[in-house]
Amino acid sequence: MSEKTYMLPNQPTPNRAVDFNPDKCNGCNRCAEICRNDVLMPNPEKGKPPIVLYPDECWNCGCCVQECTHPGAIEMLHPLNQSIVVIWKRKETGEEFRLGMKNPPEPNDKPAAG
Amino acid sequence: MTTWHEYIGSGLPFPAWPYPVRYGNEIRVTSDVLVLGGGIAGCHAAINARRKGVHVVLVEKGATKWSGHGGAGVDHWLNACTNPCSSVTPEEFVESVSRDCDGYDCGPPLYINAQEAYDTLLDIERMGVRVRDAQDEFKGAAFRDDTTKLLFAYDYKNRIDIRVHGHNVKPCLYRELKRLGVEIHDRVMITALLTEGGRQGARVVGATGVNTRTGEFHIFSGKATVVAMQAPGRLWTFSTENRSMWHDLNNSGEGFAIAWDAGAEFINLEKSWPAMITPYSYIPYGVGNASNTWYGTPIVDANGKEVPWFDRDGNGLQFLEARFQPSPGQKFILGPGQHVPHTYENDPRILAPDLSERIRKGEFVLPLYADLTRLPEKERRAIFGLMVGNEGKTRIPVYDIYTKAGFDPDKDMLQVPVLPIDAYAKSSGVNYWAGKSMPLLRTGAGGLLVDWDLRTNLEGLYGAGGTVSGAGAHSTAATCGRYAGRKAAAYAITAAEPVIDPEQTHREKDLIYTPLQQKKRSIGWKELNAGICRIMQDYCGQYKNQETLAAGLRLLGELREAEYSRLYAATPHDLGRALECRTMLTVGEMVIRACMARKASNRFLSFTRIDFPAMDPPEWHTYLPIRLQDGEVQIRKLPVDYHLRPPYSASYAENYWLHCEP
Repeated sequence: MSEKTYMLPNQPTPNRAVDFNPDKCNGCNRCAEICRNDVLMPNPEKGKPPIVLYPDECWNCGCCVQECTHPGAIEMLHPLNQSIVVIWKRKETGEEFRLGMKNPPEPNDKPAAG
Repeated sequence: MTTWHEYIGSGLPFPAWPYPVRYGNEIRVTSDVLVLGGGIAGCHAAINARRKGVHVVLVEKGATKWSGHGGAGVDHWLNACTNPCSSVTPEEFVESVSRDCDGYDCGPPLYINAQEAYDTLLDIERMGVRVRDAQDEFKGAAFRDDTTKLLFAYDYKNRIDIRVHGHNVKPCLYRELKRLGVEIHDRVMITALLTEGGRQGARVVGATGVNTRTGEFHIFSGKATVVAMQAPGRLWTFSTENRSMWHDLNNSGEGFAIAWDAGAEFINLEKSWPAMITPYSYIPYGVGNASNTWYGTPIVDANGKEVPWFDRDGNGLQFLEARFQPSPGQKFILGPGQHVPHTYENDPRILAPDLSERIRKGEFVLPLYADLTRLPEKERRAIFGLMVGNEGKTRIPVYDIYTKAGFDPDKDMLQVPVLPIDAYAKSSGVNYWAGKSMPLLRTGAGGLLVDWDLRTNLEGLYGAGGTVSGAGAHSTAATCGRYAGRKAAAYAITAAEPVIDPEQTHREKDLIYTPLQQKKRSIGWKELNAGICRIMQDYCGQYKNQETLAAGLRLLGELREAEYSRLYAATPHDLGRALECRTMLTVGEMVIRACMARKASNRFLSFTRIDFPAMDPPEWHTYLPIRLQDGEVQIRKLPVDYHLRPPYSASYAENYWLHCEP
């Protein structure tokens, strides 16, 4: 972490749009190539994940995630004003869960139809 | 190190623009058929033009592989009247919709869709999209036909709307484009149409564009041009702070602006209605509701009490299955997701229309939930797994993310948003609970006027998809794109060579690069966009009158002279966004002029004039085609059934068979 503090303006909203796992991403830039709004810029350093330059232009379509051939390398994030109200209740127990909660339940692994 | 802020904050050097920048460099491209827009309509147009053996060039602002308003997937293939299980003929279909729409927007695109939607579906099946239940996952379900293995939505009796596994429709179309040898230019934003002699109203012979990564200027020539660039999406409402935007940001309306400047004729621009998806809406298809993709879902209150369903006559439904059957006396249910008013004729079954009252009285306690566990397993899976999982923006954003977060439709109830109480009155249509409807934040409509060849008034210019009035839904865009592509190719085969006017290209080139210059007190595109929206919200909102419409027009003009002239773009990407503001100014002017011309209120157009409050007087039951001629606005009257009057036949079918050129 750098010692220096820079004059940085507010982050755009949403802050992050997509997130990369640098251990799984190899910087192939397939996601950057197909993003409809050109939100992702190739990293100046080859092999590193793209820089999310325009998270405020992300349409949240998830096509970048569909395009990626390295499972776990890229994750799409909903803006907080959207995800905070995605809430579900488990019928049997009455427990409530929400998207982005601190201790989420176990993933449900059932793939989509077809 | 994902975000720009993290990158800079870590002390790394300021990153350079990653693409070679060559402002002013000219690239010339020739074609027989030039397709502008690489979304659903554009891809089908390009594929079908290419099948006629002509040289096809496709130009797309984003990246064709996944782009377009319908590029992120599709779950419903609507109005496939000629599928083997359908009980509705194309004639019955258009007659019913025509009654619902007072005859508006029931021209060639509607009938072409009803006739060819199923053929287009078979087309994409051949390209690799799964359109039927080949793996027998839904065998035995009431919505499945065991012979064809097609799955149906909404109306299980009449079977005109097909459920499809369309999450990968766009990569399949893209693969076909490449296989056929269509020349694709991605990251190029079209800035103008080129016309013979540079004259407004003359034959369209090409287009100019700017690359949003390199800044290079493109000059495209084409014997025929298909404009498939969607409709404007952020004229009244724009915010990146508050999400969700339904329209892809790229939908800024270039198709409208460039065609207008070339002299093309438009209809229904005066139509706008409260935007369902606004900055205060929710994840599309990602919250509890019972409409569209979630149609038929049981809704319960905080105590698990189920909200009853009713037919159109106010009779309660006894059984779940009844939700998917037409009401007694109703011919068929019209699938939602189209811009057809909900009427007694076509409405599906609905949740209790007095739900708001019953909540007020305490009979139902908020919050409500979508309780998929109450559905039989195949119905449940059809909604969460098939529809949610294939509809646009659901594969990853809803299905994948929610299931990874632990949501299980076999065990869990998804909460319905907490809305103003009156919003619960309508379970479908205007409010399907993924939106917060706000009258001042509107969505526009209308588009190009086309004939039975899907040709505009300009020679050589064809239209498909959202740019054409009444042709925006996924299957309509696909079907009309397919049709327009082959018509454009047929014209191109015998058309004269296009001649580009160098004066016209020079003029355009000078104009497009002006945002690159640093200016005193420069302004960025986002702030400018918000300013345009403010004018439209206030001066072209829910209630209109002559004085304020005229004031709005003046304000747009002043904005052009003042703030727009100070627009600054630092990169080629910025330049594209800046030029979109130019587009939006033009579209705003088009819309206001169309509003001023209609001196009567109109139900179908959701058009209310304070100074002309009479709703639908007979003499105003007409289209008001509008265009530019020598820079002046021309308006005329045109009967809404123009497509069934001379020079055409009075029969939809006869017109279709004369023009369709299979």
